[in-house]
Amino acid sequence: MENFTPFSGLIGGLMIGLSATLLILVNGRIAGISGIFGGLLSASGRELPWRLAFVVGLVIGPLLVGLAQGAVPAVDIQGRWPMLIAGGLLVGFGSRLGSGCTSGHGVCGLARGSARSFAATATFFGVAIVTVYVVRHLVGG
Amino acid sequence: MAPILTSLLIGALFGAGLAISGMMNPAKVLGFLDFAGDWDPTLAFVMGGALLVSVPGFALARKRPKPALETGFQMPTRRDIDGRLIGGAAVFGVGWGLSGFCPGPALSAMATGVPGVYVFVAAMVAGMAAYRFLLSR
Repeated sequence: MENFTPFSGLIGGLMIGLSATLLILVNGRIAGISGIFGGLLSASGRELPWRLAFVVGLVIGPLLVGLAQGAVPAVDIQGRWPMLIAGGLLVGFGSRLGSGCTSGHGVCGLARGSARSFAATATFFGVAIVTVYVVRHLVGG
Repeated sequence: MAPILTSLLIGALFGAGLAISGMMNPAKVLGFLDFAGDWDPTLAFVMGGALLVSVPGFALARKRPKPALETGFQMPTRRDIDGRLIGGAAVFGVGWGLSGFCPGPALSAMATGVPGVYVFVAAMVAGMAAYRFLLSR
């Protein structure tokens, strides 16, 4: 557990929870990123600008952290590109089919006490854990 | 105009939270999902911290007649647990396990300029577009 960072994890988590809380109390929307971003493909008129603004904000956030800390926190991509592409296709397709991802079902849905979100969250965590086990310990060896 | 500005700021807070928590980094997420390896419990603290605020936050929203800047709350209304929900969550779980990215962290990680991030986001957009053209009514 040499990489365990509970303090910064908790602080970042509180910020994510505060963001989800503000979006529902101020804008009346669920902070589900796959829904907000995926909606850009189909939304029109009034539904478009706030979604685009939120996504731009998602990118600005880490840049501001970079300004404050001296560098944007590093991203360490481990798999090769074919695995990254397969992952992206499945994440995009699955999050839309399942009506949400870690933020919409996880942070917002669990907070609302939604049975659908509990079922979805248990499913994607379980399947992801099995997938990592297969990739890292069965196939990867 | 005001809802667009607040959306931008609230999105930035979300992105900053992802960056500070370490969840923008797929290696860190995979470290949580890898129970058989060198397990990193950080993700549980991130989810816990988020729920610590969002549980009372949504309870407060339920008591209010409407949000500050809009005419009503857009809350999900469905209650049924169907094949699409579970199947979609399972497909998402495979993709998440393969890459370590889910949609929020992937979009925020575009701030780093790492090429693989754009590859993932492009594939994610293709996956979302495929859903829209194949399955959405």
